[in-house]
Amino acid sequence: MSGNSTAHSPRSLDEAYEILSHTAAKVIAGGTDLMVLMNARQLDAEEFLDIWRIDELRGIADEGDALRIGALATYTDLIRSPIIQKYAPALVAASRMVGAVQIQNRGTLGGNIVNASPAGDSLPVLAAYDAELEIGSRRGLRRLDFNQFYTGYRRTALEADELVVSVRVPKLKADERDFFCKVGTRRAQAISKTVMAVKAKTENEILEWIRVGVGSVAPTVVRAYKTESLLAGRAITADLVEQARQSISLEVSPITDLRSTEHYRRRVTGNVLARFLREVIDSDGAGI
Amino acid sequence: MKIEFEINNTRREVDSPPMRRLLDVLREDLRLTGTKEGCGEGECGACSVIVNGEVINSCLVPVCQTAGASITTVEGLAKDGRLDPLQQAFLECGGAQCGICTPGMLIAARALLDINSQPTRDEIKEAIAGNLCRCTGYVKIIDAIEKAALDP
Repeated sequence: MSGNSTAHSPRSLDEAYEILSHTAAKVIAGGTDLMVLMNARQLDAEEFLDIWRIDELRGIADEGDALRIGALATYTDLIRSPIIQKYAPALVAASRMVGAVQIQNRGTLGGNIVNASPAGDSLPVLAAYDAELEIGSRRGLRRLDFNQFYTGYRRTALEADELVVSVRVPKLKADERDFFCKVGTRRAQAISKTVMAVKAKTENEILEWIRVGVGSVAPTVVRAYKTESLLAGRAITADLVEQARQSISLEVSPITDLRSTEHYRRRVTGNVLARFLREVIDSDGAGI
Repeated sequence: MKIEFEINNTRREVDSPPMRRLLDVLREDLRLTGTKEGCGEGECGACSVIVNGEVINSCLVPVCQTAGASITTVEGLAKDGRLDPLQQAFLECGGAQCGICTPGMLIAARALLDINSQPTRDEIKEAIAGNLCRCTGYVKIIDAIEKAALDP
């Protein structure tokens, strides 16, 4: 399966950009998605660009209002990072739900993004956080809102000669909160039936604003913009929780596949959002 | 492609296509057949080995990414003719039946104890969540890891 394949393993981004500018090499990072396809002989590629040793793609840095996360940060790196724990807790929660330790040690945030699965566990968090991607090529660097990155099922705005270099996520502020919930068959190793991340600013029981990212319920990870608008500026009451549950159930567009059914996904996505809203009420002491 | 690494504290060199799985290089080129292939897709953990201190699935790692690495397989656990405390505890607790998952379980447990010498039962469960066993029901495996931690 891999007998005739070749691989470039550059140590610098410039070398990697150069290789991408004149070959059709398939990029491999931690390999946790790509190698599965290769083992199943479903990967039509013989030339690879192995970016695992490019140190410029590693590291997690505090840049004031935001955190800059290198594309090669593994889930284990994210789980162990004190600044991710403090300023992006939903990203830690998501990373802990990816596969199991073996996958968390190799799978990368950049790989999750570029693999473009609608079920990628970290992606609803990046959607809810309004993350920004730094994308590089020999032509230079550009920035793109994460929420504009996916153009269709497994399709992205990445050009053939480009790499995702880093991800910027705004730090969670003291008056904001986040939330992550993945629903799967079991806690470890399962691919989600529905997965949601939320970031919101609340004061007492008033939701100033809310951003909801959901996965496994549409061709790409999506934001629930309609439901967000319904909730913005409102006091959370039992009635509003029911409206939100209904709204997001109708807003998502899931399919029935081997992991779950359309009906289950609509219903449980609504329930998960309701759970978040009730948590806000409980923690703000308003009661319902 | 010539690739040099350290396996079980011994320097080795292999000549292999770069995208070949580390699993195949271990089993076929180096005859280290203690590492098993179960699913070949990162679900079962039977092929777990430790690379630079971290447990990984060797079926998902191309060998070119291990150049210069330090690798521990199940063959490297026993030292100077003495079993690793984990191996001894698996024996005493009956932590193995058919044995296919055992090398991966031992490796995942070793990786845990190397960074957390006194894990809770929940931490043990989390550390082996990526390793499937279809015989024991896990209780004896968890007992064995707990015993090895208490009595190293």
